Amino acid sequence: MDILTLFVVVPIITVLVLIFAKDLKQARVISLAGMLVQLGMAINLIVAYLHERQLVSKDTIMVFTRDIPWFESFNIHYTIGVDAISVVMIALTAFIVVAGIFISWKIDDLPKEFFITLIVLATGVFGFFISLDLFTLFVFYEIAVIPMFLLIGIWGSGPKEFSAMKLTLMLMGASAVLSIGIFGIYFNSNAGGGVLTFNILEIAKANIPVAAQNLFFPFVFVGFAVIGALFPFHTWSPSGHASAPTAVSMLHAGVLMKLGGYGVFRIAMYLLPQGALHWTDFFLVLATIGVIYGAFGAIMQKDLKYINAYASVSHLSLVLFALLMLNKTAWNGAIIQSLSHGLLTALFFALIGMVYGRTHTRDIAKLGGIMKILPFIGAVYVITGLAYLGLPGFSGFVAEMNVFVGAFEHPDLFHRVITVIVVSSIVVTAVYILRMVGKIMMGPLVNEEHANLPKAAWYEKVGLVLLMIPVVVIGTIPFGLSEMIKDSITPFLERLL
Amino acid sequence: MNWNSLLLMRFELGLLILFLAVLIFEIFTGKKQKGKLVSFAIILFAIHTAVGFFPLEEGRLFGGMFRTNTLLYFFKNVLNVGVLIVLLQSADWLKEKVVAQHKGTEFILLLLSSLLGMYFMISSGDFLMFYLGLELATLPVAALVAYETSKRISAEAGVKYILSSALASGTALFGISLLYATTGTIYFDVVASVLTVSNLSVLGFILFFSGLAFKISLAPFHFWTADVYEGAPINVASYLSVISKGAAVLILVILLFTVLKPLFLFWNKIIYIVAIATMTIGNLFALRQQNMKRFLAFSSVAQAGFILLGMLSVDQLGLATVLFFVTVYIFSNLGAFGVVQAISSAADKENIDDYEGLYRTNPKLSLLLMLALFSLAGIPPLAGFFGKFFLYLAAASKGYYVLVFIGVVNATISLYYYLIVVRAMFLRKNPDAIPYFSSKLFMKLGLVLSAIGILVAGLYSPLYEYVYAISTTFLN
Repeated sequence: MDILTLFVVVPIITVLVLIFAKDLKQARVISLAGMLVQLGMAINLIVAYLHERQLVSKDTIMVFTRDIPWFESFNIHYTIGVDAISVVMIALTAFIVVAGIFISWKIDDLPKEFFITLIVLATGVFGFFISLDLFTLFVFYEIAVIPMFLLIGIWGSGPKEFSAMKLTLMLMGASAVLSIGIFGIYFNSNAGGGVLTFNILEIAKANIPVAAQNLFFPFVFVGFAVIGALFPFHTWSPSGHASAPTAVSMLHAGVLMKLGGYGVFRIAMYLLPQGALHWTDFFLVLATIGVIYGAFGAIMQKDLKYINAYASVSHLSLVLFALLMLNKTAWNGAIIQSLSHGLLTALFFALIGMVYGRTHTRDIAKLGGIMKILPFIGAVYVITGLAYLGLPGFSGFVAEMNVFVGAFEHPDLFHRVITVIVVSSIVVTAVYILRMVGKIMMGPLVNEEHANLPKAAWYEKVGLVLLMIPVVVIGTIPFGLSEMIKDSITPFLERLL
Repeated sequence: MNWNSLLLMRFELGLLILFLAVLIFEIFTGKKQKGKLVSFAIILFAIHTAVGFFPLEEGRLFGGMFRTNTLLYFFKNVLNVGVLIVLLQSADWLKEKVVAQHKGTEFILLLLSSLLGMYFMISSGDFLMFYLGLELATLPVAALVAYETSKRISAEAGVKYILSSALASGTALFGISLLYATTGTIYFDVVASVLTVSNLSVLGFILFFSGLAFKISLAPFHFWTADVYEGAPINVASYLSVISKGAAVLILVILLFTVLKPLFLFWNKIIYIVAIATMTIGNLFALRQQNMKRFLAFSSVAQAGFILLGMLSVDQLGLATVLFFVTVYIFSNLGAFGVVQAISSAADKENIDDYEGLYRTNPKLSLLLMLALFSLAGIPPLAGFFGKFFLYLAAASKGYYVLVFIGVVNATISLYYYLIVVRAMFLRKNPDAIPYFSSKLFMKLGLVLSAIGILVAGLYSPLYEYVYAISTTFLN
């Protein structure tokens, strides 16, 4: 079996074993074992990729490709392969899933089912990132989305039924819109004289007629961007995050929302480049509104999870903004921003979950002076906050730097104006992050009952450290990452010419 | 006439022999043995189903009135498997409730004779045979719908069903007579070659289509569906919603693609509008249902609307996608109805509210119901997703993007009401949840068979490829 298919097979085996788990202890050990294997494979994949890249010619876009016919009459294949972008996304997912399992170490209600659903979701995400066939990709996308309903609905808090329903319907509605775009691409994929195909690399060679590109680009873009929190379709995200249990928020904001940006890049931009050029201004405006709206939304919130949810809307709109800038530097920034935001937001949600699990409140007004009581959690919280607002030395800075430099490469007035607007969101981000961190960590102890909170347990520390490592690595040696994804961005650029 | 050629009717003859065997054994079994007779009949039918998978030759009989080919064999097998699942799921109900009233065997006989009617209907080579089959398929079901004599609602449903289907048959027959008037023949092949667009033939088509639309419960001919499903015994409702509907869909698509093809430019508009109306009306009504049977009734109305999408692509792709969808739909719907049946016979509860907290008491049943509903909603990797995706592809291949868009929007709406049931079972906690119960062997078999269908029929691509390959049969 090839190295990529294992990324789907290992979770499936883990789920099958989990079915026979008897209690929480067995369930968490089995899932941890399975996902640690997955993490090992992900790290191995990075090494193997870098090695493989040396061997193949420059023109090879994807490595480790494999093609198995599935529905032959539709020319549907199980086609897989990775470039640097998918490799780093897979690594991100593996890190967050393992951290999520550590954070859910003490889940009490239906533990077995929780881990099964979580890993089914992860299966969908891993499958999505390795797919090179639109049909397979769409299948994995929906497999990744639907478990959210159960995860939020069963293990969530607050208005969980409402949030779960809203999230599921909006995301599945988006995937319905996306399917129209996929049909449009499929039935135009023989424009070059070949046969109809779902294979992304083949379609890219076919050059879909410009009229069809302009028609179907918005379907594909919106279909993916809804899960990437495109304004005004972001409303599922704050309520969904706020109601979801900690590990699910982590996985959701950290990984699932990245499917949006990845899909926009891999499908909409790559297969419909003329459509992208045609629509870029319109969607740039929406992305700009999203960045600003999310940032101001976060300022107004009092609930820690809502703050982070709106911050995610802001930061992911920044990813869409960068993607729509259609140049190499901005795209580089978009990918690093996806990774950085995935790790940082997962850290944030993990920390919020730990604070909430001890104090039973997420209201900023009722929290204060946590740093003295929970030094480890407090320290990580501060570091995460600083990284989040783009302090040099962490991943957030590298990402935003690239995005804005890329955005400024456009000399015209329209791009200048929206870039300035978006850049100003950095200040707003600093406001809400510093205010939140300052109030709950540094400020005076608000509630006397909080004085004796239990310290971070070993599994919580492991989960946090696991996520901190890549944040620091990306921040301190950003060129390694940029160098790695550089070659993979080139084919996207060539499509625009 | 060659006796060997009668082998072409192996399905029909086999069913007839089975029928007679059950009838004769019924005479010789004592009162206490009737329960065993039910098991015996089901085992015989399982053998009949298995025999059906042996290959047969294609051909015609009785001067072309009866025809048969690989596609029809395949579909008869699908119907057989469906009926087998229905029988397995009803075995306990029959043994516990119906046999005590001394009419267990009759239930099976009526069911089988209705199936026989469907065999003849889909194999028909002319309108006469078609009509005979249609009637034979319909009349026994009316008796079955009214089978729970102790319940007033069941009798009401029976009357509703017989009246509306008599009207539908009459309408279809009138349509047939008008088509006969314009073409001068009732043989499908001849009609296909001489039919032209004229006022009379169009009127004939509309009447004929209305009659069949009743059977498939397409809007605006769907009104009987919810009342009849609610009143009928659950297994009869599931029979109506999958077997009866499936056979009617197949003969409709065959007739549209062959006999009525000259009217394509007319009927594609009708199908287009009826598809939108059926999906939307079915969905909107399903949103507010509380009773599981009414809920599934409207959901099956909506599903029928999706099937029409494939009929707009008059080629191999269209026929294959419709056939494939019906095949996977049978498993999904039978899975859902099976769970409803199991719960109803164990706890006598049929409302969505009663299902609250079901997962914590009956995890396996809830899981199966969730899979079945997700399959109906079109969530991968379950069979229903592939069925629906391919129907969309068939419609999109002819450029009906707007219709496909309405379809996917409707699919999202339908997801909402399927999720309501999932929400009740999984998300809610209820101290008065239906307590744990264990189903009997036959029920378990019936549920497991449908679960296998839901999980495998889509992912296992050779099934679709086979359906696609045999779909050339009726198309030249």
